Amino acid sequence: MTGVRLGADIGGTFTDIALDCRGQLYSTKVLTNYAAPEQAILDGIAVVLRDAGITPAELEIVIHGTTLATNALIERRGARTALVTTQGFRDVIEMRTESRFEQYDLNLQLPTPLVPREDRFTVSGRIGAQGQELQPLDESALERIADHIAAEGFGAVAIGFIHSYMNPAHERRAREIIAARVGVPISISSEVSPQMREFERFNTVCANAYVRPQMADYLARLQVRLKEMGATCPVFMIHSGGGLISVETAAEFPVRLVESGPAGGAIFAADVAQRFGLDRVVSYDMGGTTAKICLIEDFQPRTARTFEVARTYRFCKGSGMPISIPVIEMIEIGAGGGSIAWVDAMGRIQTGPESAGSEPGPACYQRGGERPAITDADLVLGKLDPENFAGGAIRLSVDNARGAILRDVGDKLNLPAESAAFGIVEVVDENMANAARVHAVENGKNISDNIMIAFGGAAPLHAARLCEKLGIDRCLIPPGAGVGSAIGFLRAPFGYEALASKVVRLSEFDAGAFNALVEGLKTTAEGFVRAGTQGAILREITAFMRYVGQGWEIPVTLPDRPFTAADVAMLRDSFRDNYAQFFGRAIDGPDQAGDGLEIEIVTLSVKAQDERTAPERLAITTGTSVADAPASRPVFDPARGETLPTAVVDRAAMTHGTRVSGPAVIVERETATVVTSPFDVVMQADGTLMMIRKEIAA
Amino acid sequence: MTPTPKDATREIRMQVMWNRLISVVEEQALTLLRTAFSTSVREAGDLSAGVFDPQGRMLAQAVTGTPGHVNTMAEAVLHFIAEIGRERMLPGDTYVTNDPWKGTGHLHDITMVSPSFLGDQLVGFFACTAHVVDVGGRGFGADGKSVYEEGIQIPIMKFAESGRVNHDLVQIIRANVREPNQVVGDFYSLAACNDVGHRRLIEMMQEIGLTSLDDLGEFIFTRTRAATLDRIAALPKGAWSNELLTDGYDQPVRLAATVEIADGAVNVDFTGSDPVSRWGINVPIIYTKAYACYALKCVVAPDIPNNWASLDLFTISSPVNILNAERPAPVSVRHVIGHLVPDLVLGALAKALPGKVLAEGSGALWNIHISARPQTGQDGRRAEILMFNSGGMGARPGLDGLSATAFPSGVMTMPIEATEQTGPIVVWRKELRPDSAGDGEYRGGLGQVIEIEAADGHQFEFSAMFDRIGHPPRGRNGGADGKPGSAMLDDGTVMRPKGWQQVPAGRRLVLNLPGGGGYGDPAARSDAARKNDRTRGYITEDGK
Repeated sequence: MTGVRLGADIGGTFTDIALDCRGQLYSTKVLTNYAAPEQAILDGIAVVLRDAGITPAELEIVIHGTTLATNALIERRGARTALVTTQGFRDVIEMRTESRFEQYDLNLQLPTPLVPREDRFTVSGRIGAQGQELQPLDESALERIADHIAAEGFGAVAIGFIHSYMNPAHERRAREIIAARVGVPISISSEVSPQMREFERFNTVCANAYVRPQMADYLARLQVRLKEMGATCPVFMIHSGGGLISVETAAEFPVRLVESGPAGGAIFAADVAQRFGLDRVVSYDMGGTTAKICLIEDFQPRTARTFEVARTYRFCKGSGMPISIPVIEMIEIGAGGGSIAWVDAMGRIQTGPESAGSEPGPACYQRGGERPAITDADLVLGKLDPENFAGGAIRLSVDNARGAILRDVGDKLNLPAESAAFGIVEVVDENMANAARVHAVENGKNISDNIMIAFGGAAPLHAARLCEKLGIDRCLIPPGAGVGSAIGFLRAPFGYEALASKVVRLSEFDAGAFNALVEGLKTTAEGFVRAGTQGAILREITAFMRYVGQGWEIPVTLPDRPFTAADVAMLRDSFRDNYAQFFGRAIDGPDQAGDGLEIEIVTLSVKAQDERTAPERLAITTGTSVADAPASRPVFDPARGETLPTAVVDRAAMTHGTRVSGPAVIVERETATVVTSPFDVVMQADGTLMMIRKEIAA
Repeated sequence: MTPTPKDATREIRMQVMWNRLISVVEEQALTLLRTAFSTSVREAGDLSAGVFDPQGRMLAQAVTGTPGHVNTMAEAVLHFIAEIGRERMLPGDTYVTNDPWKGTGHLHDITMVSPSFLGDQLVGFFACTAHVVDVGGRGFGADGKSVYEEGIQIPIMKFAESGRVNHDLVQIIRANVREPNQVVGDFYSLAACNDVGHRRLIEMMQEIGLTSLDDLGEFIFTRTRAATLDRIAALPKGAWSNELLTDGYDQPVRLAATVEIADGAVNVDFTGSDPVSRWGINVPIIYTKAYACYALKCVVAPDIPNNWASLDLFTISSPVNILNAERPAPVSVRHVIGHLVPDLVLGALAKALPGKVLAEGSGALWNIHISARPQTGQDGRRAEILMFNSGGMGARPGLDGLSATAFPSGVMTMPIEATEQTGPIVVWRKELRPDSAGDGEYRGGLGQVIEIEAADGHQFEFSAMFDRIGHPPRGRNGGADGKPGSAMLDDGTVMRPKGWQQVPAGRRLVLNLPGGGGYGDPAARSDAARKNDRTRGYITEDGK
């Protein structure tokens, strides 16, 4: 790259800054400043600019992602929001799915809705399932509601009407009426999340309204401060779907910033995949509190249309709030270096989701943490060097780790500390492996066909064992893995995904109407992308389809051209092929009777992004020599089930093509890569490490 | 005693394999959710999936699912083994039944069992159950006089042999049900989900180098049994009884239970319950047992995984009566009375464990099956629409009850926007029902109000499957009763709690779902909690 680009990722603990200065990479981590998040960014920028020897005026673009919106939702620190909704449906966000996410816990508590009942106002007016008006909007009632909202001093308004994804007229009219009387930002569900299913859509529009004043203020402050420091370049935001949007769009739709940090990580991995020409990759990001796993095919992370944030109950599915927006699809589980290990009533070792965090931290940090964390187990097994953790910044106490593990796990199971530590690590690795397998199955893929890309502080310690469990042959650990998300921001395209829910049965396929729908989505998506680029735009059109009667849709990629009535056969065949790939076989039986199952399109998506020049392609090196093992320390090897003398090699001392035979530990400033006995590790041309099964010859 | 390193490694490997097995059945259940046709499965999660050893003992079940299916399926596999016979089992086989007495209590639930072979060695079984949208007969409802009127009966037989589907069976099903494509589609989904489970299990065994699940099963059962025994040992010993009245079809039905806690065993006896009903509200004992065990487990051992060993210590007994109805009694809506079994059993347990057990709640789901038609002479759509709706849960000691939340069932409701896509109806209202909760130191959960009308040019009839209209959920420890439910038209016409009924074009059906009972003396409720109830509008000024 020739430009000067800066990525800034505000995470829960650290704010990461990455600067790409004419091809040279600089990075730093500073503690996140909760009172003034922009201050940490400015501090970090100062560091990397100094390192690179350039001035703020030389920056050409700043790309920013942040967990601030996510945190506001988790910690409930948003604006007092009014929800205006269809009469008869005041409690949609409170009644949720009418189910308990845990079957046996009778003391279960459901998450509190973002907008309490007294702040939800209903108005008559009803759109039907086909988009037709069943009952006109009661405009005078809306005026009274608007006056009340103004008088009560609400900070934001959300509007969510039934079937507005089919016909947004009532929502738009309601916005006009309220905007004439109320001076706060108004979000409408047909713009924020035009998808079927009222609970998800209403909750999403409430979340957007709830964080909007705070995020708009923050983004305005950030821009002012950047200008004051002399950075006059444009600022773009990374969104949850992994593309860039303007600050103005982000301020209007801040819910799209939720999960933008992890999205950056996935783009980072996608970029590494493209550089090495790997078309099937699983990215594995493990930090202090969670692990995230994402499938990347043909250098594109998979995207989904809904996800869940702010889970309240042991990371349990269903215990959070659904957000329906395009998002890079990943599975996140409560497994990080700080996750606490414990023993349940059956004598089974359990890990997480409770985390020791950075304060007090794992027992080995000697900062008052008393319960054993994954990091403690890694230390006891010899995977970490107690004298050289985080570049020597924190001295680790093996005794504290052993003590905590014995007290909370070993003594309860009558196991010595090493065995208990092995048990803890095996359980957390197995949990991650299970999550990865299920995630692959959900997408109709086989996990062992992939190459792994591992990043985040804790991932290199666990990646080899995870690969063993998943039957994966190769794993890349790129340089700069500690600030992977911020680097990923630099690689993100200007991209936007526009969605529309519209049920179209193939038997009633109307090519004209369908083309109009696609064109509308193209216009929307490209409008956002044009804010950031004048270059060529790539489009991807996807129909989410199912057999009529099913409730789960599978994505089917469509050609980018006008459709004709004759395309029905193509649509049917594409769907059946995809279906067979997902679930083993298409449903053939009924077809033979001549009255086959009908197929329908439920949602359409158009993804637009600017065309990027592909990064320079690197060949994978499998290495030419097996280097002799220099220093050694005892490390527990899970495949062999015993402690083995293990080579310890400095990553910086490895040169292109060096192949070291496992078991080995490759050490660097921020983490260590544990190479288990079934693997060797080879240094690549760009400083990436590749673990590779021994049987794959040099 | 210090274990040898070999013992320690074995212990850890067993734990890891147990986790892996649970993950295998989760994948199995997920496949069913993703491929199913019926809204009851795909939107509401009315299903179960599990893996069994070659003797038919359940090793693990998917967390996804509902107790009425999980615990019945745990018994059903034994019937399959007995009737098919080991010598007729081949790799690639899938067996099927909807026998209410050998499956899950009514014809609408299809249970499939597939043997899992490693080479030619039988290593286990996968089983799954789902509620399909139609099985012919009178349709889903309580009006049948015997099981023969309730739909097609599929005795235990092969759905597929060595991977080849039994097309004769498929043809017979297609000819007997109202929505053949959806029903046959669901049969394929069920079979596919067992296939996925089987493939994952074999991969796991090959990867780890296992030739049988015997050692792992032994480990799972030993651990589970010991933990469950510990919990039972901590309970007071003795026998406690409880009675409960429900609406029945056209006259109230009395249910009775005695919970007997002995050393290492808990039995529930249903002597004293009313005789078998003439209507389809009877419950096969397999379903009664499923919900009785569920209630016991919630109180005694909520954190212990559900498998053969944890269920084995809970037994039930009953003479022939409405909770132990024998063939050919009609059983189509067995879930209504079945869902009240937990309140019945919990009431007895509350006497054994004062201060520990929640109040009664709405209990039975308020399911409604709608058959929508164009008005005579008009164009339009015909459709079968099923909705699951929940009233309020009873107050807990220390916590208010959950509003509009299914208990004991584990299903979800369907989104209104999805329901209205399935057929020509308009749901005008679905929201909390103020003033429906039973008062108490902790109040019950609120019920909900639902209003449904046929779309323009249409009319509908519906099968009512409602309860707690004449007999509201009772409070506990001085808590007040929840408000009873009601079913009527918007012109005030009262509808019956059970059976098929008409809603004329232009009229709305109005359902008021019951609120949960309160817990503890209302005088002890805090001012802050009362103020909050009024601010939120859970209790209105008119409401008291």
